[in-house]
Amino acid sequence: MPVPPAITDLEQLKNHPAIAKLRAWNPAAVEGAKFDRDEMSIYVERSFIRDACDLLRQNPDCPFNYLADVTCVDWFPSEPRFEVIYHLLSISKKERVRLKVRLDGSSPALDSVTPVWPAANYFEREVFDLFGVRFAGHPYLRRLLMPEDWEGHPLRKDYPVEGYR
Amino acid sequence: MAHLSPVPVLEPGQDRTMILNMGPHHPSTHGVLRLLLEIDGENIVRIMPDIGFLHTGIEKTCEAKFYQQVVPLTDRIDYLCPLTNNLCYVLAVEKLLGLEIPPKAQWMRVMLNELTRINSHLVWLGTHALDIGAMTVFLYCFREREDILRLFEMVSGQRMMTSYFRIGGLALEPPLGFFERVQDFATRFPAKMDEYENLLTANPIWGMRTKGVARITAEDAIALGASGPTLRGSGIDFDLRRDMPYSGYEKFKFKVPISQDGDVFARYMCRVAEMRESIAMVQQALDGMPEGPIKAVAPKVILPDREMMKTQMEALIYHFKIITEGFAVPAGEVYQAVESPRGEMGYYVVSDGTAKPYRVHMRSACLANLQTLPSLCEGRLLADVVAAIGSIDIVLGEIDR
Repeated sequence: MPVPPAITDLEQLKNHPAIAKLRAWNPAAVEGAKFDRDEMSIYVERSFIRDACDLLRQNPDCPFNYLADVTCVDWFPSEPRFEVIYHLLSISKKERVRLKVRLDGSSPALDSVTPVWPAANYFEREVFDLFGVRFAGHPYLRRLLMPEDWEGHPLRKDYPVEGYR
Repeated sequence: MAHLSPVPVLEPGQDRTMILNMGPHHPSTHGVLRLLLEIDGENIVRIMPDIGFLHTGIEKTCEAKFYQQVVPLTDRIDYLCPLTNNLCYVLAVEKLLGLEIPPKAQWMRVMLNELTRINSHLVWLGTHALDIGAMTVFLYCFREREDILRLFEMVSGQRMMTSYFRIGGLALEPPLGFFERVQDFATRFPAKMDEYENLLTANPIWGMRTKGVARITAEDAIALGASGPTLRGSGIDFDLRRDMPYSGYEKFKFKVPISQDGDVFARYMCRVAEMRESIAMVQQALDGMPEGPIKAVAPKVILPDREMMKTQMEALIYHFKIITEGFAVPAGEVYQAVESPRGEMGYYVVSDGTAKPYRVHMRSACLANLQTLPSLCEGRLLADVVAAIGSIDIVLGEIDR
């Protein structure tokens, strides 16, 4: 079962269109990158996520114009605890890229990308509902799947599988 | 830029408008979808979907199961296309493991997936037509759907919750006489398609209820994350099976039907044409079905055959270990997307190197497609809401998970 090792050296990956574009725009925005199992992940600094998404969406060489998904992974108890994950797709170039933002566990918050893609509306509400990550600038950040008066965020790792009793 | 309702809480108090609650138990909402409608006479001013009634926490449950135990859960997300969900999940885990799947298993997967697509589209066509008022189509569609469900039962033992695709291959060899039955269906089905189309496509009442109704532009469809026939109905030529092939789809010849109008009729035409392409692909799969094993060679991951287990010590040990402690998957993460009947179905699986997935996230095509509903309906008549819901083909089980 050969899985080639992941490439995490930013210098080797700098020719990828998304990384090249982001680094040309602002080198501080790219915290790192990983190429693993034919999939590219880019770690984006938290405060740049909305601008980075907008930049990639309008990139003329390879427009990542479609937001496929927004989700989150909880790495409790390690810090930074949350990783918010954006899967972008370029419909014309048939390419995918994954953006990741690391967040602290104490007050996880970042900018909403709804101004860039209205599609993020439900996805971000779901992440807020199930993980308790707040998206600044979201037009209607309320629970999506759980009842309005639910306590806690069920997909967090410190939330028991069978719920609180 | 597409419409995004800024204040979806609807409050009465305007002089002209009233709030109407639709669902959650409304026959045309295809499950338990609740809609809050602000209406001015019969015109929709605003519309707000309220979802979550079917939320069962499947993503959380997955984190407590072994990798192979997640497969039956994936059936239950979208109960109209269980095999597509099975496929998407097993492809993601196989990518994490780096498994090579033998050709026969790949072809079987493609064939059954296309049958699933026809199955799902038949339910859509029947219920969509029923919503708009054409009763006959429903009965015809469910007649053929029953044939497909019998094929699923024959191959997997289950009509709906198949769990037939397993990590590393298929659960069982297809039984004797299975391919003849599929061949029989593939021969009969195109004539049935003509039957449905005779009832609807040129029917003036159908045309009045669907043409020009619930339009969405290509730009809005992309911005709102629509996929599948909802996107292709607006003229975007994108299909994951052709453009980012998986599971051997690159070996099949098929056309991707698109339509330019972006209305209910365009989406109808896309799906009807897709069914014809799918049955042609089933025929291709039957004609070119390779011989050989149905499981990859990976004794630590795939359960051994019953006979091997009873005759070989090693196989018995592997069997015992897989059942009791699962198998470790190398750490990493994978996003695998497949073209489900409704659009881009994606599984994001994160492994931390243990036998249980650290995180399984399902990207639901219906959830994104549902976001288009306000821009489809606002400014139109109340009766068009029913047509619009049918045309985006949502399954609430998949939306709520």
